[in-house]
Amino acid sequence: VRSRVVPTEWPLVALAALLTACGVAMVYSAGQTDVPNFVAGLWRTQIVWAVLGVIGAFVTSRLSVRLLEWGSLPLYIGSTFLLLLLIFIGTGAGTAASTKSWLAIGGVRLGQPSELAKIAVVLMLARVLSNWRAAPTSLFALWQPALIAGIPWLLIMAQPDLGTGLVFIVIFFAMLFWSGVSWPLLVMAASPGISLVLAFSTGVWGAWFLLLLALVAWRRPSWLESAALIGANVAMGVVAPILWERLNPYQQRRLLVFLDPSSDPRASGYHLIQSQVAIGSGGFFGKGFTDGSQKRLAFLPAQHTDFIYAVVGEELGFLGVSLVLVLFCILLLRTVRIAGRSTSPFASLTAFGLTAMLFAHILENVGMTIGLMPITGIPLPFFSYGGSFMLACWLSIGILALISSEGRGKADGLVI
Amino acid sequence: VSFHPNKVQERARVASALLFLVFLFLGGSFFRTQVLQGARYHLQSEENRLRELPLPAPRGVIYDRTGRVIAENLPGYAISLLARNEDSLRVMMRRIGAVVPVSPEQIGAAVRRYRREPTRPTVLFPDAPFALVSVLEERRVEFPGLIIQSAPKRHYPDGPAVSALVGYTGEISEAELGQEAYAAYKPGQQVGKDGIERQYESRLRGQEGARYVEVDARGRVVRDQARPDLVPEAPPALYTNIDLDLQRFVYELFGDSLAGGVVAMEPRSGEVLALHSAPTFDPNEFIGGIPHDYWQQLQADPRRPLYNKAIKGTYPPGSIWKLHTAIVAMERGLVDMDDRQPLPCTGSFQFGNRAFRCWKRDGHGHTTLATAIEGSCDVYFYQLGLKIGLQDLVAGGIRLGSRERSGIDLPAESRPLFPTDPPKAYYDRMFGPQGWSNGVTLNLSIGQGENSQTVVNMARFYTALATDGAAARPEVVRGETERTQLFSLTPAQLRGLQGALASVVGTGTAIGSRLEGIAVAGKTGTAQNAQDLVNDHSWFVGYAPAEDPKVVVAVLLEFGGSGGRAARVATRIMEHYLKARVVAMPLTDGP
Repeated sequence: VRSRVVPTEWPLVALAALLTACGVAMVYSAGQTDVPNFVAGLWRTQIVWAVLGVIGAFVTSRLSVRLLEWGSLPLYIGSTFLLLLLIFIGTGAGTAASTKSWLAIGGVRLGQPSELAKIAVVLMLARVLSNWRAAPTSLFALWQPALIAGIPWLLIMAQPDLGTGLVFIVIFFAMLFWSGVSWPLLVMAASPGISLVLAFSTGVWGAWFLLLLALVAWRRPSWLESAALIGANVAMGVVAPILWERLNPYQQRRLLVFLDPSSDPRASGYHLIQSQVAIGSGGFFGKGFTDGSQKRLAFLPAQHTDFIYAVVGEELGFLGVSLVLVLFCILLLRTVRIAGRSTSPFASLTAFGLTAMLFAHILENVGMTIGLMPITGIPLPFFSYGGSFMLACWLSIGILALISSEGRGKADGLVI
Repeated sequence: VSFHPNKVQERARVASALLFLVFLFLGGSFFRTQVLQGARYHLQSEENRLRELPLPAPRGVIYDRTGRVIAENLPGYAISLLARNEDSLRVMMRRIGAVVPVSPEQIGAAVRRYRREPTRPTVLFPDAPFALVSVLEERRVEFPGLIIQSAPKRHYPDGPAVSALVGYTGEISEAELGQEAYAAYKPGQQVGKDGIERQYESRLRGQEGARYVEVDARGRVVRDQARPDLVPEAPPALYTNIDLDLQRFVYELFGDSLAGGVVAMEPRSGEVLALHSAPTFDPNEFIGGIPHDYWQQLQADPRRPLYNKAIKGTYPPGSIWKLHTAIVAMERGLVDMDDRQPLPCTGSFQFGNRAFRCWKRDGHGHTTLATAIEGSCDVYFYQLGLKIGLQDLVAGGIRLGSRERSGIDLPAESRPLFPTDPPKAYYDRMFGPQGWSNGVTLNLSIGQGENSQTVVNMARFYTALATDGAAARPEVVRGETERTQLFSLTPAQLRGLQGALASVVGTGTAIGSRLEGIAVAGKTGTAQNAQDLVNDHSWFVGYAPAEDPKVVVAVLLEFGGSGGRAARVATRIMEHYLKARVVAMPLTDGP
């Protein structure tokens, strides 16, 4: 056990703290509406969560990577169990009212276990992948990580929470990439999913399928693998329309609205249109902090959670939006660097997995506010109101700080 | 796992580059939305935020010829509602109905207005009484989206005295909204429904203003005057030729007992000095929706108060049309003032196997044209008509304007009924080729038969007689004088006719209507009609002073009996005008 006086990864902590401060300010602004409602007081709660998060991060950063590695299995099993529990006792709340993503006991909502599961999956994947002697060259060799990510993913999709599911997929592929899996293999692994999405247009799917055949011809996987791959892609192409029928109407509408917001301007498209109007009307300098009319007059939905970035866009303009994007970008570049510098494969993979997790959230959340991504309702790190997610983000920062200090400690011998 | 530092560094570079590109793309997308398309989205957010509440404009004030007010605007209130959808409108109406009385008709009307223009505040009470306004104002918080605003209310200080003339206003109807002429109108707006109000709608309609309020996503008004008001503008006032004093006099003269129509005109300019139809109604009652029982009462009245007897009613002209016959004959050189007809009047005239009677049973004797006009001898005109012949009589009558509207600037003037040229085809069509005889010529020559004229058209014809043969188009609102030469007689012939008309009132059929100090010329008419075989319509059209006509008055009394009665009404109007006119002179040019 070593002792440290100053956290060694202060730029990371400072960036996260700055983003959190901005986030709390935006939650405060989100509560400033002309007809006041419950959102008005949420910024105080958010500060409490942020403080708890920072404390959690500090405690985490004082642990050791080895402890983390050891704890990854129980954490993974525990969080998967909680997700399984949700299928039976999960409740909806807040802006995720229609899903079963909340764990509640006796009416007291304890949190969203999927936030914890993200970190657990990152740790567990890191542990399994770091034990590989060499990067796998066959698809079937990926069964272990696929199983680890797949179980909680399926449980989350059953809630159903498409957004979080998407985050798991990003984490999974990012960590495979980081462990050295070659890109043709990654493409092959992803191909059934891509087929599923492209199946809505027979022409596009056909083109994709030809491309896949070319890839198979070039890489020459085993005949069994080739057959499985082609079979899976064909099956997805056939299954997609059936799966589409199985989706809830609101999910179908959300996807359709993503393709064409004006198709349903009063209901599902309303969120996206109002979000775009809010951001667009902000212009270069914005309407001023707390003065966004779209937000004030309640045209903007979920302005304190999913669409908080639209408040940033409306009130602080392109200037504010760019500043926050730059901060996020620097933060992620920083965490990639931590992953790259770490000498322990487990630590390195964990750092990159957490980077992928934060990145998926930022891309999906920011993207959906201006219609680049479908509206799936996942929060923006450090900004969106919500306790579990704030804790998860700061725990990630704590882990990253820990990895940074241990990696550098060994490499540079700069233990304070 | 290949975790050689070099390989990891390479992956880190790839990941960093990818990250950077994604963020660049996100930034670019925001640049596009916020900077390049910012103006468009800004407009959309303004549209979201601001709701335009129309501020009704006052209508133009209508003045008489001396600057007295005929129609003005009083402060009133309109109550409307910003509703998100039809259901919320109904719910709100029901909740308001728990506080103040709301009829099912009012709910129906509000729903119709909403359907037509859902983004505008829906007018619930176009003309809300003060009591209702104060009740709702007090409990305003209970009704989000309720808008109480001042709305100018039309008012006619002389009410029933001017109704035939000025008409009234009302909310634009569903049918009108569908017409192209009303394309610029919105439901709930007021529009001229009749009379001057309708005829001059485009000049009387003000420019609607707007108040901008800020509403939230649920349509609740959160801030008043989010942007400076667009002030409604009243159009310039409308000046009429009406002499309000004379108009009031006519109204009082008719009182409640007489039914009929009156038009008084300045003979040279065509300026309409007074126009009245009795019995009348109070147009003020019509503003803000006609009360059901008042409407029923007007509808049920057998004397038809809503029917404008001065411009819409057509009546057989009777003897006042004898001047047409005389002019047609004189123009053709068939008769002169001193000419007699072959047969004297013995009270009736044998034509074929039928006797055509004169109104005077003991006969007029052997009259000249002058004395035939003075005594209104039917037998004289039977013979004159036969001399002219049916073809020329009809063609001449048409040329004198018997098939034309007077062209008065009021809406829905009726077209007079008169045979077409050639008359043979007309009568064949009417009665079949064997169904009529030349007897129609006799009827036509004394103003009976297929001839039905409006009061205003007869007034117009007599402006030609009062002047130089040119008829002036009746003009209610000040405008260009428009005169049409109806006939061209020699000055001597015209003087002869005018002399005969003067003797009608001096010594003839209207002797009872002589005025002290004012010589009146004119012609009585007693028109038989199909509705009432006992009571004839009573006509008088004439002018005064006979030597220098200043006013032409046409009076019709429905079922009023002999023409002498109408003459008494007409001469009293002339007397009032000519005596009062001296007093009113300095004001004539007005504002």
